[in-house]
Amino acid sequence: MNDQKQQSDSKSPDVKKPDVKKPDVIKPDTKKKKNDSPVPIVQVTSSPHLSDTSFTTQRMMIDVLIALLPVIGMSIYVFKIYAVKQLLICLVSCLAAEVVFVKMRGKSLSITDCSAAITGLILGLSLPGPAPWYVGFIASFVAIGIGKVIYGGLGMNLFNPAMVGRAFVMIAFAGSMAASGYLDQASAVDAITQATPLDTFKQAGEVTPLFDLFVGLTNGSLGEVSAIACIIGGLYLCIRRTASWEIPAGIIASVVVLGLITDMVTASSGWNVLHHIFSGALLFGAFYIATDPVTSPLTPKGKFIFGVGAGAIIMLLRIFSGYPEGVMFAVLLMNALTPLINRWTIPTPFGAIKKAA
Amino acid sequence: MGLKIEGFEGSGTFEKGVHPPGRKNFSTDIPIEVIPTPKKVVLPMSQHIGAPCASQVKAKQEVTFGEVIGKAKAFVSAPIHSPINGKVLKAANVTLPNGRRVPAIPIKAEGDQLEGKALMDEIFGGDWSKDCAGKYDPKAISDAINDAGIVGLGGAAFPTHVKIMPNEDKPIDALLINGCECEPYLTPDYRMMIEFPEAIIAGSLLAGHAVGAKKIVIGIEDNKPKAVESMEKAAAGTGIKIARLKTKYPQGSEKHLIMSVMKRKVPPGGLPIEVGAAVSNVGTVAAIAGAVLKKKPLTHRVVCVTGAGINNPKNLLVPMGISYGELIDFCGGLTKDAARIISGGPMMGFAFADLSTPVTKGASGVTILTNKDVKKADETACVRCGRCVDVCPLDLVPSKLAVGSRNSNLDVVQKYNIMACLECGCCSYTCPASLPIVQLIRMGKAMVAASAKK
Ligand code: SF4
Ligand code: SF4
Repeated sequence: MNDQKQQSDSKSPDVKKPDVKKPDVIKPDTKKKKNDSPVPIVQVTSSPHLSDTSFTTQRMMIDVLIALLPVIGMSIYVFKIYAVKQLLICLVSCLAAEVVFVKMRGKSLSITDCSAAITGLILGLSLPGPAPWYVGFIASFVAIGIGKVIYGGLGMNLFNPAMVGRAFVMIAFAGSMAASGYLDQASAVDAITQATPLDTFKQAGEVTPLFDLFVGLTNGSLGEVSAIACIIGGLYLCIRRTASWEIPAGIIASVVVLGLITDMVTASSGWNVLHHIFSGALLFGAFYIATDPVTSPLTPKGKFIFGVGAGAIIMLLRIFSGYPEGVMFAVLLMNALTPLINRWTIPTPFGAIKKAA
Repeated sequence: MGLKIEGFEGSGTFEKGVHPPGRKNFSTDIPIEVIPTPKKVVLPMSQHIGAPCASQVKAKQEVTFGEVIGKAKAFVSAPIHSPINGKVLKAANVTLPNGRRVPAIPIKAEGDQLEGKALMDEIFGGDWSKDCAGKYDPKAISDAINDAGIVGLGGAAFPTHVKIMPNEDKPIDALLINGCECEPYLTPDYRMMIEFPEAIIAGSLLAGHAVGAKKIVIGIEDNKPKAVESMEKAAAGTGIKIARLKTKYPQGSEKHLIMSVMKRKVPPGGLPIEVGAAVSNVGTVAAIAGAVLKKKPLTHRVVCVTGAGINNPKNLLVPMGISYGELIDFCGGLTKDAARIISGGPMMGFAFADLSTPVTKGASGVTILTNKDVKKADETACVRCGRCVDVCPLDLVPSKLAVGSRNSNLDVVQKYNIMACLECGCCSYTCPASLPIVQLIRMGKAMVAASAKK
């Protein structure tokens, strides 16, 4: 069939700039039709002529918003006004940034695809509640501007925009983002008066009860405190296949393996592998941040490698670095490796002999 | 699961692929009807893959039903016969739905014609002997197929005698008969299996004998239990096995049928014979039976006219060269919301607009979709979700092929094996960003072909 198609295709004169969006609209040749049935407009476009409308880019974005609901709910329950304020700042700033930058580049508006809203919420959820307003504001503009629009908008960015924004403020406003930034002794909100579990452990060797970590009655970034909320939303994403399960599976698998090894080496600390999984941004990062399709690999195998890599980096940072938490760096590092992973994991075409790598 | 057919390792399915809505209900239960002889047929001289035919007739010449109109000039080609009695008109060019412009011979109907039941009996009627295959010399079967101008009726239109011929070097373990009809909407193969199973069995035996196949298996998707039953009844005592395959698109692709039944993978660019298989379609083998047992050339075929955009969907026995417009008129015309006329099914068929376009041997039907059917989400940027990779039945990376084609990047598209793509449409069907991946891939292939010529 190939000959036939190639011949027909070589006729399309303009190979470089396909006008692929608009189907030609041609009236059918009706000269030979005697009955005067209505003459519909007939479109001529390329096959296939059906598409799966139950799964679209917009639907994926809406899925993420739905999946974020339990996490947002928990964060508001735990951090009260701190959460509401921070999330609103980031959400509004991200949407504003999208409008400003996209206008500047003269592109049509892409607010409706919800991706800026998602970046805003995820960014907000990854910040400490007490951080001053300008931290969220600046992080949002960096996330959308440098994280996304500069690359050409949705789908073109190399790094997870929310994490780019967060990394920027983490360096620029080290004080507000360091362990002490999570604390406000004078606060009326309980959680904020305690140090984060990872920090308590790092500094004082004190172990937070697993149950508190699981439900989320601890201090931390807004979205990360409740393991159960992340798991509920995350499972929804995986079941909808909006997020690829290979990524959280990879992360959790490698954290478990490395966590067990550390358990064996440092047996008595009381901080075991479950603490690793339920504490900090691990689950939030595994289900919501690392699974951003744009900045993770294409193939299932690649996705799993991505997850394992991210999990390993998280553990290395947690155990050996001065920072109590490493999810953000892990995701950014793996984002950078994604093109490479994609190249390693080109699937062997059906029936082809595997090339010796 | 497994097929549980002795000697076959297939699991009845293959990896990846998609599940588009079947939508066969428009025409599944409507028996094949004979369309009245048209006033004129237009016979394109190239209705198949391979060299075009040379016209054997002159304008004003009288021709009769079954007479050779175009003669094959090469091995990979197939002659063309007149489906009616009449007079030859001046040759002209026509554009086929796939966009190719080819010379064609119009014939005006004159004198008496075979109509209705008489025509049906002529083509599919009578007894189909199931035990005479052995009497024929394999070469004679292949020659009869060649003389009858038979090509793959499932859509590929590859000259059948090239596939169905004796060969010494590579033993054929199995002849697979494709009764999957995995394209949504289409029903002609299904109707053939219900109405003329004997012809299919006779043809399968002849084809199997010609290629020296040790076994013959007819593959049918498990959403067509009546076809399975009908074929099982007709196959009783012949040794032909019926394989119930998982309903999944593209189950009827040659490579995937072989995978599902035999668990063997045809390499990219390779032929089924390389893994000891031969594949033919149910409609094609029925035509083989007619060619060998009754010396009938391929002049008519069964098509369906279906979809929500046609008033009375039907299955029809039509002469080659009849215009699509006449089929549509015979089926009550288009509905008000008809939006797209497709030669073939919605996944791989060609949309076209000129209703005077003639039906060719490879056309399995016309599907008319409405605005509602073809609606899709607005195109967005590729979100690199990998869904296309998850469904590509040939294990390609469609998103890379699309980007490479769009940027005219020859290296990228070749590195990602663009030529292996079968244009099945699974990727575009699934893509959440509604990217026209297949269209881009076609352009990329044209680019590769053009660069190869340089
Ligand atoms: S399915 Fe579409 S959006 Fe997803 S990776 Fe493939 S081309 Fe991109
Ligand atoms: S790349 Fe080709 S073979 Fe793969 S799904 Fe798309 S059309 Fe089918």
